[in-house]
Amino acid sequence: MSAVAGLSGRRALRVGPLSAVWRPRAVVVPLVLVGALVLLVAVDVGRGDFPLSPPEVLRILLGGGTDADRFVVWELRFPRALTAVLVGLAFGMAGAILQSLARNPLASPDMLGITAGASAGAVALLVLGGGALGGLLALVGLPMAALAGGLSTGLAIHLLAWRRGTTGFRLVLVGVAMAALLTSLTSYLLILADITEATRATVWLTGSLNGRGWEHVVPVALVVAAGAAATVVTGPTLAALRLGEDSARALGVRVHRGQVLLLATTVTLASVAVAAAGPIPFVALIAPQVALRLMRSGGPPVLVGGLTGAVLVVGSDVVSRTVLPVDLPVGVLTAAIGAPYLIHLLIRRSRRDDA
Amino acid sequence: MATPPAPIRARAGEPTRSRGRRARLVGGVLALIAVLAAVAALGLAVGARAIPIEAVWSALFSPLGSDEDVIIRTLRLPRTLLGVVVGTALGVAGALMQGHTRNPLADPGLLGVSAGAAFAVCLAVFAFGIQSVAGSVWFALAGALVASVVVFLLGTLGEGGGSPVTLALAGAAVTAFLGAMTSALVLADQSTLDVFRFWAVGSLVGRGEGALLQILPFVAAGLVLALVNGPALNGLQLGEDVARGLGLRIGLARATGVAALTLLTGAAVAVTGPIAFVGLVVPHVARTITGPDHRWLLPYAGLIGAILLVGADVLGRVLARPGELPVGLVLAFVGAPFFIALVRRRRLVTL
Repeated sequence: MSAVAGLSGRRALRVGPLSAVWRPRAVVVPLVLVGALVLLVAVDVGRGDFPLSPPEVLRILLGGGTDADRFVVWELRFPRALTAVLVGLAFGMAGAILQSLARNPLASPDMLGITAGASAGAVALLVLGGGALGGLLALVGLPMAALAGGLSTGLAIHLLAWRRGTTGFRLVLVGVAMAALLTSLTSYLLILADITEATRATVWLTGSLNGRGWEHVVPVALVVAAGAAATVVTGPTLAALRLGEDSARALGVRVHRGQVLLLATTVTLASVAVAAAGPIPFVALIAPQVALRLMRSGGPPVLVGGLTGAVLVVGSDVVSRTVLPVDLPVGVLTAAIGAPYLIHLLIRRSRRDDA
Repeated sequence: MATPPAPIRARAGEPTRSRGRRARLVGGVLALIAVLAAVAALGLAVGARAIPIEAVWSALFSPLGSDEDVIIRTLRLPRTLLGVVVGTALGVAGALMQGHTRNPLADPGLLGVSAGAAFAVCLAVFAFGIQSVAGSVWFALAGALVASVVVFLLGTLGEGGGSPVTLALAGAAVTAFLGAMTSALVLADQSTLDVFRFWAVGSLVGRGEGALLQILPFVAAGLVLALVNGPALNGLQLGEDVARGLGLRIGLARATGVAALTLLTGAAVAVTGPIAFVGLVVPHVARTITGPDHRWLLPYAGLIGAILLVGADVLGRVLARPGELPVGLVLAFVGAPFFIALVRRRRLVTL
């Protein structure tokens, strides 16, 4: 490995045929985010009728403490916090990929109807649970229902936006229409249900972490791991697509194949996250943009976007359980943070468009 | 109100052609009224119990108090009239919104105006226990006003307004935010949820006896303001600078537009719940007949909106017999493909 002084005083790292620009931010920002995440998880796990201080929590997680301590932390509280982390990672990564593909900072799985599709699939399962169709759905379970809903919506959006190639612009607008359609379908499903089921479905639709256990952690963990691997592999393709389709094609990227692959990754990540914790709003929208500003990179960074998403979800959960007087679903809080940020983004963007 | 700028009026050099065009447009209005009457008759005849047209006629004009007469006069007539009024309101609101934002994808349902009204109505049920239309209509109006001002500001920021994509996304985001806040309210109280979910789906059923009469004044005021706004809208299509140069008072024209939009959307949403896509589809259909002249476009949009809403309601009853699908769901399945077809056109219609 050698370090060579590059253009504008930047140093280049070279290992055989590979080379990269050495940027301190690329190392410091992820480390700070991971540190913040560990701290927030420790605070989150420590909350409850049997309070534990963050250092105690960390000691128990590393194998210390009594049997009772270990039971409370490992069986009752840690799965919930871990679900929050993984769901945040999945939403953040999905949002970063989609924003790069659509080349629009406002695109995200919630705006494009992918989470609406996953929600419709899952609500269909919750509501029609007793019927013949419901019996079939119950066999495959909530994650599969959400995944099926999300994937078929993603496929539909892709096919409908396809016209001798697809553009970010058409993808976004077709997605908005699909989101409106699926939301309408979900509210129809809610009136078919009895009131207890409708309440259960509504809690889930807002995005909630209550009562999450290891059975919720495992599927998201697998998909997030696969998504992270896919991100590393498709990194160069995504970087080229950020320059626009024509430039990417000129750089030798197979544009269509890359788009399909990345879209499939986004949809899978978002759908599995929705299955685990419901469509927590705005995380996929904000996290990549915050990460972009922290990293000062060319486009929304995928892995750091995921870390930012995790910090956002766990942080919102901590705030809703410590600061607020009532225990609100985490989705209400992310919406309250997300909407003002979004409006700020829109105003800035329109100023830039004028210039 | 400013007078319409001269170039918008029919060109003076072609009196015969403009007279022909006017006759054609008046004929179109009469034809649409006939279609609306036919669809409304279907709305009276079709349902869980099909009633022949002769029986519908006699129930309306010489009722004898039979079962069929009671069904028609107490259930289907109010429902159909409500559909006509709400459809007119939403169609005109869509034309206003597309005209003011100069954006072909604008629709009160998609851009969050309905969601604003919905959130406010939910607040009324939750915080004050208000369930009557007479009470909740004021909340709906306030919510629609705030949401439409926000969306207008976002959509018309800077020169020439934001792009269609930005406006559509802003609307989707405002809707998502208000949706999350609405569910926070609904989750706090199960009885609110039970009222809310039947309303949120968008339906003409079971809205109480006097609902129509209670919203009628608001819709009427909104329609008058919208028609008054028509000539000014024609001027605004040329861009704010040209319109100002022609002597148009921009602030007044915008304020009239927002007031009309608020009255129409707020009143409609208060009764039927958020119904999307009517305001989107209707102005495009109307524009193919009338061209860009808003003095004709607005009345056409109202008539076509009424036909679409009543027609969708009838379709919902036919498709799921003996039950029925809510009109909001039917319209979403009609409107979303239309929206997608619009997006797939090579170039979006620029307004």
